[in-house]
Amino acid sequence: MAAESSASSSSSSPAAPSALGRLRNRLEGPNTIGNSRRFWVGFAVVLLGLVAFPLLGGGTGNQFSLFLVLGLLGLSLSLVWGYSGILSFGQTVFFGVGAYTFGVVSINFPTPGGITGAVVAGTLGGAVVAALLGYFMFYGGVRDVYVTIITLVSTLVMLTFMAQTAGSEWTIGEAPLGGFNGMPGMPLLTLGVEGIFTFQFVFNELELFVPVLGTVTFDPFYYLALALLLAGYLGLRVVVNMDFGRVLVAVREDEDRTQMFGYNVKRAKLIAFTLGGGFAGLAGVLYAARNVYIDPSVFELYFATLPVVWVSVGGRKSLLGAVVATIAVEYLRLNIGGELALVAVGALLLLSILVLPGGIVPWIDEKLTNSNLDVSEIDGTEPSTEVSES
Amino acid sequence: MAHDLKQAAFQVRYGIGAVVAVVALFALGAFTAPNLTFRVYYAVSFVVLAAVGLAIIFGIMGVINLAHGEFILLGAYATTLSATQLGLPLPVAMGVGALVTAVYGLVVERVIISGYVPNWIGQRAVGRNLIKPFYDRLADSMVATFGLSLIMVQGARIIFGNSIDQIGVPFGSTAGYPDYRIALVGITAAVLVAVYLLFTQTTFGTRVRATMQDEQTAKALGINTERTYMITFAIGSGLAGLTGALFAPLLSMQPSLGDQFLVEAFVAVVVGGASVVVGTSLSGLLLGPIDALFSDQFGEFAGRIALLVTAMLALRFLPGGITGVVDDLRDRMGGG
Repeated sequence: MAAESSASSSSSSPAAPSALGRLRNRLEGPNTIGNSRRFWVGFAVVLLGLVAFPLLGGGTGNQFSLFLVLGLLGLSLSLVWGYSGILSFGQTVFFGVGAYTFGVVSINFPTPGGITGAVVAGTLGGAVVAALLGYFMFYGGVRDVYVTIITLVSTLVMLTFMAQTAGSEWTIGEAPLGGFNGMPGMPLLTLGVEGIFTFQFVFNELELFVPVLGTVTFDPFYYLALALLLAGYLGLRVVVNMDFGRVLVAVREDEDRTQMFGYNVKRAKLIAFTLGGGFAGLAGVLYAARNVYIDPSVFELYFATLPVVWVSVGGRKSLLGAVVATIAVEYLRLNIGGELALVAVGALLLLSILVLPGGIVPWIDEKLTNSNLDVSEIDGTEPSTEVSES
Repeated sequence: MAHDLKQAAFQVRYGIGAVVAVVALFALGAFTAPNLTFRVYYAVSFVVLAAVGLAIIFGIMGVINLAHGEFILLGAYATTLSATQLGLPLPVAMGVGALVTAVYGLVVERVIISGYVPNWIGQRAVGRNLIKPFYDRLADSMVATFGLSLIMVQGARIIFGNSIDQIGVPFGSTAGYPDYRIALVGITAAVLVAVYLLFTQTTFGTRVRATMQDEQTAKALGINTERTYMITFAIGSGLAGLTGALFAPLLSMQPSLGDQFLVEAFVAVVVGGASVVVGTSLSGLLLGPIDALFSDQFGEFAGRIALLVTAMLALRFLPGGITGVVDDLRDRMGGG
């Protein structure tokens, strides 16, 4: 596997790959952009900037942690839509299921161990619901745009369902679902096992002495979200550059041909969809933990389409594009504010799909690395995609 | 050829049979259980009217118009405003609503869907096309029209505020059921007949069906496919506008009013399948009663859930929609 990907990447140490070289081999490939030393240097700089950001900027770190959480949601759609060709409006279903599962489990077991379990349960909850829905769809022969419509419909089902759970009969253990009023009263996100090590991540301003700046306070949740997003991004890079990722891309480009070549297309799509559901579930868990609250608005049509906006603006065939665009669009959306925010989001979406159907980040990458072999391969896939979509 | 004739005869025979059955059921029900009958038939017409514009655009152009609900919103607002502000009589105001939406649809088609206007500008300014047409690019057309729908909803909210004055419901009521809703059932039937005649009996309809079946061949035979698409989109939008106009007296005029049509419209199109008139009316006849009965028995929430579950089951077991089943049946009976 490692040898195979080193053939396609411009790796520096072919003879005796060091640990770092092997890692790079796994992370790089034709399915992701940013396969050069220059990219990784830039990546490290941006990462350092993100680490230092709350220490320098202070208050905005808190809002920024929301963008990082949503970045995970963007990643999940990029995997499902950008790499597997399944346009899903249902990522927010798995997001919401993760959030509600976290809420229910953590309210019932408000100990650090229980809350840690709730995080796992929420993530698995998103994955399981995605697996069920995906099994139903992919093994039922539902394809293309009908998958999209089913996911759209399932969002609306969840909204209608959760909105009417106001009554007391909708109580799971100690946790009332609460209908439109949402579910307050979750315990604060504290991870670990009692007696060994526990740490509270939200509403826990830590003070840290930095030599030049003096004492600064920061929000540990921000670093948790950043670490998970980083792990998610790098992990998905490994996945899409594996053989499995190549199968996914083949399914995206031409489903029938991939099947003719003997790949189990349905299983590949189901696995990708489940994985995407897990990522969305994890994002939901973090969202609920961050706000200490969850309500059915996460199932609204408007929220369901936001991931599609992020991913198509940033470039659906690029994991990096999804993350960058999520953060940028959300930043814009919250800072334009007022009445014009929605109009701006709509216009951005319309313009980006009209002018740059491939997305902004791949376009920038293409401009920056014109002579790069990998990028020309990405270019080469462009026309055939359009054929498969028509 | 003989096969085709036999098929056509089958279609006419069974089509007429189905229509007679539906009308007879209505007449029978109107005497025995008027309220329930009216409610069920009203639900059917709601589904059919919500879906027909969307079905035409989807079936013929391969474009999914996620802004469909907002086209309905436009029709409803145009009707309401021209009735309350300009003092037009209601039928005229409804005509205005449909017309305004059709013209708006034409503009949207030229500017966004076909990219004619941006490409014309692009040719003048930089000497190349700026965008590609959205025909048959389902996912991209969904994303683009969703952007449009966000702009339209929020635009309506900014311009007209959170609600505008409603027009009163015309006519009285029969057996405790508003006459206007009963009239809507008749209007729905008329709309379906008009659409059916337009697509089967006119030269334009032949052109549309030729373009739908095989764009390249149609083009080679001298059909201006681009103009066909343009007019089709305008007709679909006009029908969406008409839906808004017809429901304007019944709904509260909020920028979000399109949402309540979107679910029914999508479900009906998905369940109905490719054929516009047959598919839409049959799925209306299937979904309307389900919606009405479940809403009656267990509340509005149950009705909607039942609708969505039906859609999922239909997609699972009838990938070609009802149209696929009808085609199958026809082939088997006509061919055998």
